[in-house]
Amino acid sequence: MEGVERPEAEGNGRGYLAERGWRSWAFTLDHKRVGAMYLWTTIFFFLVGGVFALLLRLELLSPQARYFSNHTYNVFFTLHGSMMIFLFIIPAIPSGLGNFFIPLQLGARDVAFPRLNLASYWVFAAGFLVVIGSLVAPMDTGWTFYTPYSAKSAAAVTTLSLGIFLLGMSSILTGLNFIVTIHKLRAPGMTWYRMPLFLWGMYATSIIQVIATPVVGVTFLLLAAERVFGVGFFDPSKGGDPVLFQHFFWFYSHPVVYVMILPAMGIVSEVIPVFSRKPIFGYKAIAWSSMAIALGGFLVWGHHMFTSGMSPLANTIFSLMTFFVAVPTAVKVFNWTATLYRGSITFEAPMLYALTFIFLFIVGGLTGPFLGALATNVQLHDTYFVVAHFHYTMMGGTVMGFFAGLHYWFPKMTGKMLNEKVARVAWALIFVGFNVTFFTMFIVGVRGMPRRYAEYLPKFQVENVVSTIGAAVLALGILVMCWNLFQGLRKGAPAPANPWRALSLEWRAASPPETENFHEIPVVTEGPYGYGTKKA
Amino acid sequence: MATGPRRRETAMSVPATEHHDPAVAFESAKLGVWTFLATEVLLFGALFTAYTVFRMKYPEMFRVEHAKLDRVLGAVNTVVLITSSLMVVLGVDAIKRGKARLLEAYFGATILLAAVFLFVKYTEYAAKFHHGLYPRTNLFFSLYFMMTGLHGIHVLIGMGLLSYVIVLSRRGRLSASYSTPAEMSGLYWHFVDLVWIYLFPLLYLIG
Repeated sequence: MEGVERPEAEGNGRGYLAERGWRSWAFTLDHKRVGAMYLWTTIFFFLVGGVFALLLRLELLSPQARYFSNHTYNVFFTLHGSMMIFLFIIPAIPSGLGNFFIPLQLGARDVAFPRLNLASYWVFAAGFLVVIGSLVAPMDTGWTFYTPYSAKSAAAVTTLSLGIFLLGMSSILTGLNFIVTIHKLRAPGMTWYRMPLFLWGMYATSIIQVIATPVVGVTFLLLAAERVFGVGFFDPSKGGDPVLFQHFFWFYSHPVVYVMILPAMGIVSEVIPVFSRKPIFGYKAIAWSSMAIALGGFLVWGHHMFTSGMSPLANTIFSLMTFFVAVPTAVKVFNWTATLYRGSITFEAPMLYALTFIFLFIVGGLTGPFLGALATNVQLHDTYFVVAHFHYTMMGGTVMGFFAGLHYWFPKMTGKMLNEKVARVAWALIFVGFNVTFFTMFIVGVRGMPRRYAEYLPKFQVENVVSTIGAAVLALGILVMCWNLFQGLRKGAPAPANPWRALSLEWRAASPPETENFHEIPVVTEGPYGYGTKKA
Repeated sequence: MATGPRRRETAMSVPATEHHDPAVAFESAKLGVWTFLATEVLLFGALFTAYTVFRMKYPEMFRVEHAKLDRVLGAVNTVVLITSSLMVVLGVDAIKRGKARLLEAYFGATILLAAVFLFVKYTEYAAKFHHGLYPRTNLFFSLYFMMTGLHGIHVLIGMGLLSYVIVLSRRGRLSASYSTPAEMSGLYWHFVDLVWIYLFPLLYLIG
């Protein structure tokens, strides 16, 4: 184990970014560049999806539909949901940060199939182009595309279905690539239990992507066939069953919330020990809880359908299974907390976001069982309580984890340091804005305000105005964060190879890494969490 | 591996790495293809689930409608596909013994049999349309056309893959020591064959 490699020793110090011109990006076989392209693309759609969210909040300032028609409102929440889910949350961490850091953390030079990796980006690009093409007759079905409405809606459902099929294909190819990479390209001495926990999270994620995505793919094909050929699987007038669509849809879409959350949990598992200067508590428990979540997540999809007319027996079983899948999630939270206990904690931006993840995810996680339990679900189903729960887990969880990763790995990816002060200001705005926006939704939800309507009863107005103000603060925080990232990219101070004194392998490469990642493939002799013990 | 000064890698090249260790590359390809086949099982799995659901719901309709399919043509196609799988096995065996020309002949035969399969399928479809049986006619024919249609697309993709292997072989890229593309496309072809082995009895035979 030689010392830290210095970027000055790497020639021009631009590492994998040395080559210029669009061809060097469009035809790149470098996992780091593919990851960077995914990051740019997904962050772009995150901002666009955010604009739609702000428009929704604007409309909800008053109980009557004031700025847009009901149809326009339906289109906006569909676009907000679909873009955030399919074009941001699902690909951002796995395909963006995962692509960049899986080979680096493994001590490999690239993923197992670099060409397939590039192909998956371009299939993704084709997918979002088709999705954008569907905007000629924009969707108004919500991101769940429930039949029979989606089979009859005048919107461009067929086009959008094919777009999402392509996005799914890209997701499958990426997951497949990562599974093989983690199996076959670990550096000498990198046993499974010496892998950083981010890799365990990504491995579990990839399994879900590979197994669940084809089901939603074929479901969207059938939906398209329903519209084009008049196939009647989901059409009651032809003997079909709309609930079958819901089963197929949630067989994918429930596991996929773990595609969204597991990589973020992986990032938190990396950041917490580094900024607590303590070994991670319960390494194996965290590693295996990822796998347990991935597998258990396949058995709970029915809890989205308690009011869809399943049998009481099925409802009870799905409800019970849902409580089981909460256990491994709690295991992680306890282990992170135990890692923090008596650590030498410092509050750099990545750590702030990681701690925010834990805090918000506990709120999101604990409100889950209210929805998973049959009796309370019937009251809360399709109210703002669901919206609040979902955003606490997905935005409070995944997006905060993504921000943590973005700030944590920014020096490695770009070779530049971020302005820490501005980063903390942005974090504070985001934290306050987020809670003001979404906590009020729990309250209106319990009071009975249904989701997905442009109009609501006047008695809910106070909470809605508060929520919209919160959304404005949140948006401001995200703008400040983006500005800071952009400034860091342009004129940040040069980053050392290992600014956080972290022990995983990516920090042994230069900042930014060379195209080949490592001059010599590192030999691994111990796990990556020996903080506070010897040299770190 | 890392002796002497390293060649400078560019963004557009695959870094000289353990990727070029043939054993690792082969193992990776094999794991990759098997993982891909798992996704394929799930892709068809949804259709098989729909089949099960509707069959349990409407047993009478399935009994009446399945009789309208041509069992003889279905059986012929089954034989054709199984024979094509045999050709693939023989082709892979040939290249492992270093006989590139033989591989091309066997894979060519596979493609020919696949074309026969698709032609028979085409005549079946044409006859169904002629009798006014469309995907929208009823749930049985919805299933029939979706399942055999998706399978037909896989046959087409398989023909493309096998042709690509023949091109590689013509260019002298395959040998006894490097036969990965032939073996991997062979795996895929067996999967396509296997799906049909399930489709044939489910759609044509059991009433």
